[in-house]
Parts: sequence; C-alpha cells; structure tokens
Amino acid sequence: MKVNCDINVHHLTRVEGHGNIKIKIHDGIVQEATWEVVETPRFFEALLVGKKCDNAPWICGRICGICSIGHTLASIRAVENAFGMKPTAQTTKLRLLLKHMETLQSHILHLYFLAAPDFLNVGSVFPLIKSHPDVVGRAAGLKKLANDMCDCVGGRRLHPTTTVVGGFTMLPDRKELARFRDLLGASVPGLVATAELFKTFHLPDFARETEFISLKGDEDYPFIGGDLISTDGVIKKESDYRAMTNEYLVPQSTSKWSKLSREAFSVGALARVNNNFRFLHPAAQGIATDFGLTPVNHNPYMNNIAQLVECVHVVYDSIRLIDELLGSPWQEPRQAVVPKSGVGVAAVEVPRGILYHCYEFNETGHITKCDCIIPTSQNHANIQYDLTALATQFAAQGFQDRELELLAEMLVRAYDPCISCSVH
Amino acid sequence: MSAAAARPKTFLGVPVYKPKVAFFELTSCEGCQLQILNNEGTLLDFLDLVEVVKFREGMTGGNDDYEIAFVEGSVSRGDEVERLKTIRNNAKVLVALGSCACFGGVNQLKNRFPLDWVKKEVYGDHPIDSERVRPLEDIVKVDLKIYGCPIKKEEVERIVTDLAIGNDIVYPKYPVCMECKANNNICLFDVGEPCLGPITRAGCNAWCPNSRAGCWGCRGPAEECNVGQLISIMEQHGFSKDTIIDRLECFGGFAVYADQLRQGLKS
Repeated sequence: MKVNCDINVHHLTRVEGHGNIKIKIHDGIVQEATWEVVETPRFFEALLVGKKCDNAPWICGRICGICSIGHTLASIRAVENAFGMKPTAQTTKLRLLLKHMETLQSHILHLYFLAAPDFLNVGSVFPLIKSHPDVVGRAAGLKKLANDMCDCVGGRRLHPTTTVVGGFTMLPDRKELARFRDLLGASVPGLVATAELFKTFHLPDFARETEFISLKGDEDYPFIGGDLISTDGVIKKESDYRAMTNEYLVPQSTSKWSKLSREAFSVGALARVNNNFRFLHPAAQGIATDFGLTPVNHNPYMNNIAQLVECVHVVYDSIRLIDELLGSPWQEPRQAVVPKSGVGVAAVEVPRGILYHCYEFNETGHITKCDCIIPTSQNHANIQYDLTALATQFAAQGFQDRELELLAEMLVRAYDPCISCSVH
Repeated sequence: MSAAAARPKTFLGVPVYKPKVAFFELTSCEGCQLQILNNEGTLLDFLDLVEVVKFREGMTGGNDDYEIAFVEGSVSRGDEVERLKTIRNNAKVLVALGSCACFGGVNQLKNRFPLDWVKKEVYGDHPIDSERVRPLEDIVKVDLKIYGCPIKKEEVERIVTDLAIGNDIVYPKYPVCMECKANNNICLFDVGEPCLGPITRAGCNAWCPNSRAGCWGCRGPAEECNVGQLISIMEQHGFSKDTIIDRLECFGGFAVYADQLRQGLKS
C-alpha cells in the first residue's frame, strides 16, 4: 500500500524551546519533510556589546536554562584566553568536576524525563510516578546527586554563582566533597539499572552517514578546550572554530545552521563517543559495547545510549577528580584579572555538543564583538537531513501517520535539542 | 495524574482543592520551568499538590482547561502578544514566573540599542522578526509575580501551597542585605565586590552573596529602597558608575534607576 500522510507537529513537546515538524507524503513519495525552528531570538551577541568582561559569564550563563554551567565556563575561558590567563590546576579540576555534574544532571533529565516516555508509551514522566515508581525514584535520585554537587561546587545548580573569570569566589567544603565522593560510588548501581532499562527499549533501525565534530582528545576524554576534530578527518585549532562551523542562514529557522565537509554535521554525546571512544573510562566503554555502540556509529537514536555511556564516564572521572582535589590542601581560589585588548575563543563540550564563545575586547576590557555558536544550532541542519531520509526510508517500509510521527518526534528528541539556546 | 487527582488531599484535616495548572514560556531560557523539576526531594509532593494540565517542556498532550497559568519569559514578538492574551483569557490566575516575565530579564539589555542595529549585528541582512523586550504586565494583567533569575523552587512551593489552601501570598518587605547579615556573611563591599543587596527584594536567602558573589538585583527593588543612597555608598567604596550601571540594568528591575544614572553621566 502506498503511504499517504500529513504530519504537522506544532511546538514539539519534551524538548527545550520551540520547533515544528512537517511531513507530507503522497502515494509513497515524500513531498515535504521539514524541521522548522520558530524560537524568538534574544540577541545575546548584540546585548553583550559594551559590557565589561566580568559581565560576560554572568549574562551568557543565561543563554541556557539546562546547560548554564557549560555556558558560564565557556564564557570564562573565552575571557581568560583573551587576557592570556591560564587557570591553576585546582581551578581546572574544580571546573571539570562542575562540568561533569552538569553533564550527569542534563543527560539524566533527557534520558528519563524527555526520552524514556516514548519507549514506555506515555506522554510524560508524570504517569510513570504511579506505574514505575522505582524508575522515577532512581531518576530523581541521580539527578538530585548531580544537582546537589553543582550547588556544592558552583554555588547554584542553575546559573552558578561561584564561577568567575580567574577561578572561584569560594571553594567547596572538603567534608562535603568527601561525602559526595561516597555518594557517587554508590550511584553506580543506579546507572547499571538505567542501562538495563534502556536495553529493554527498541531503538529505531535507522542510519544516515554523518560527519561528527567534537573536541579532540590527546590523553583523556575532552570537555574543556583543545583542538577540534571531525570524523571526516578535519582537525582545527580552538581559535579557528569558524572554519569548523561555517554558519549560514535559512528561511525555515530563526537559528543559524552549520556545515563542514558535507551538507550538515552532528555534535553531541554520540559525536564525542565516536571521536574519543578510546579515552572513555573502561566501565563506560563496557556499557557502550553492550549496546553495540562503537565508532563510528551513524544511528542518531544512539545519541541516547551515548549519553548513558557518558553518565558512567563522568561519575568515575568525578571520583578521580575528588580524590585528586582532596589529596592536596586548598590553594588560592582566584587569580587577579588584568583586562587587555584582544580576542578570546573557548570551545567547551556541553551536554548537547561542542559550544563556542568568542569575544573581542578593547583595552579597558569592554566587549566590542561577541559570537556564540551553540551545539543545537550546529545540529539543526543534520536533523533536517535525517528527517528527510527518515521519512523516505519509513514511508518505503509502509509506516503510517502515527508511527511516522512518533519516529520523527523521537528523532528530534534523540538530539536532545536546546532550541531557545540555539537561537539565543 | 487521574489516579492522584481522585485521592483527596487534606491540610490540617480539611480537604484541599487541587488546582489545575499550566506552564508556558515566551522569550526565555526555560530555566525557571526547569527549576520546577529541580527540587527532586520535594518534586513528587509538589506534583501531588496540583494537577498539571499543560507543560510542553515536560509532557506531550494535555489541555487548556487550567486555572493557574505560570508564564516564563518576556515578550519580544507579535505572536507572543497573542499567545499571552489567550493564556490570560483562559486563566483565573496568571503568574509571571522569573525575572524575564517580571521585568524583561537579561533580554531587555537589548533595549539599550536601536532595534535595527541589534538585528543587523546578529542576523546581517537576513529578515528577522523582533520587537523591544517587554515584561508581561505591559500587555496583560498579572496577578502574581515570582521573582528571580532563576526562581527559587522553595518560594514557588510556598506560593503554590498558599494558592491551593487559599492563604494570602506574602513577600518579604526587607532587602536581600537583611538575609545576608542574618546568614553571618562578610559584607562584600569590604572585599571589593559590588552588590545590590541593600536595595533588592529579599526572599532568595541571599543566594548569590552566600557564595561571595555580589547581588545583581534579579528580584527587583525591595518595597522600600533608597537607590540614591546605595549609589553614594558604592561610590564611596570606589565602584565606578559604569560598574553600578552594569548591576542596576542587568535584569530590568532597576532599569529606571540605571537610565537616570546614565543620563547623569552624560550631563
């Protein structure tokens, strides 16, 4: 039977921000398959102009309500790079620990609250409170641990308060860190149970050959700064990020789009795992292998599994970081900041992929030019090309409206898009 | 939620009405809604207190039969004006959720510049629809405000509990500075950090100053505040007008004072 369908999803649910899916198929031929982004822009790149350097992390953290810590850290790194500052070893470890806990809270939020309901045939996590209390309890417990640690290190889980250019306004309580170290160790069974749950889910059988971009690891699984790499073999310096992103505008989106070697590319947990698999903690590699996730994997739905793999990695790596931090006495938390004119670029891996902030300063340390390139904006074009391929493949297999609509929604959700962030 | 809705909820032995609530977002980061999901320890109790009928960020489906509408974000495009008016028509109580909804938030910083320049700086010649940023009450009647960037979940829980059991909603009249002193923090002026604690509405328990980050006034002016006096004190501590303006204009609650100070700078 030839498929005919007319799918129109206005303001897709269980994603951050506002996007629409439109698919029209007539007699088995895909007439239209569109991923539309209708979010209102906030113009961060304009409103930052004229602001002093210390404003940047405070204001730019507000680009995103889910990965505010990642934006704050990217903003701080861009300022520090512009002023030629190097963070101390202690600051570097504390920032990475904070980053890890944001990754854990964001991935758990996505896996359980946004993605899992599709696999359990419910509209949200709310009905699961009654039907699957153990699952919801586990999700809430893991998310709480990650968020409590963000409070401990960053002062606040959302829009952090202790993180400043030069280091930290104050340091976490050492007894608290030791307590969290134990809680992290005790959280591993919860992650194993999460993996068991996801093994019961059927991931759609779909793949489209894709270029994946992330930070390039040298000795470890990279999150903050360093070279940039793509699975098509492109390698660039952090400061040369524009050669990696090539932003352009399209009529169907208030967010910019990006491309590199092909018509589109992908960033995020799957891109990181694809590029840096060998640097993952062995326990995380084990989970990946259990799911058949080895580089280079081209199934976008696998991003869910890549997020799960990263949860395991960041928990083990956070235990290591706390051990190292507690192994030596606290040093001075904050360096003095001496503004100067120049340009600073930062590339930071946030939950949804690689994020770039770039600022130009005048000699008094005021911003004269600002550029932020968001992971989800880099993914929009790839979502569009995936959506077209998905509609074509599943229409040929005879899938009907409802099934196709759900698969399309699940595809977009698999990218865990942060749409308001992408438009900023 | 239907099974939970059937179970009578009581407070001091009296049955409590379970209001139907909906969450919406305009121009924002959606962080305030995320805060609703963030207090994991009390989340399940909170969800038991209300019936969530619409929450796009967290649920598929739902309906528009709600009594309390929580609206996050500011207004910066024509379609948002229409959405907001529809929400106002449907809701008995409209709550402005967070600094963007109450004052325009960081979004209103773009109002410092001509709109054409702002559009060109980000989108070049690509056509883009955007207006000056406005808080909700510039368009519709707002019944309640929940301040902060981000909102404090404990405060939301208290306000929603008061709404559900019919109590008056009471905000602290005093400034953040009082909370900070009560927490035995050192005064940030003494360590060279600018702070709007003495003029900003309390209720956050001095969230930022507790971390030795000066207050940026995200909750707006306290009921009685002497902004002029604070400016002179900050000047005595050696803070430049530029620094004071940065703080006053960041979230929009003190925009009028920031404008006055900037005018003073020019004259």
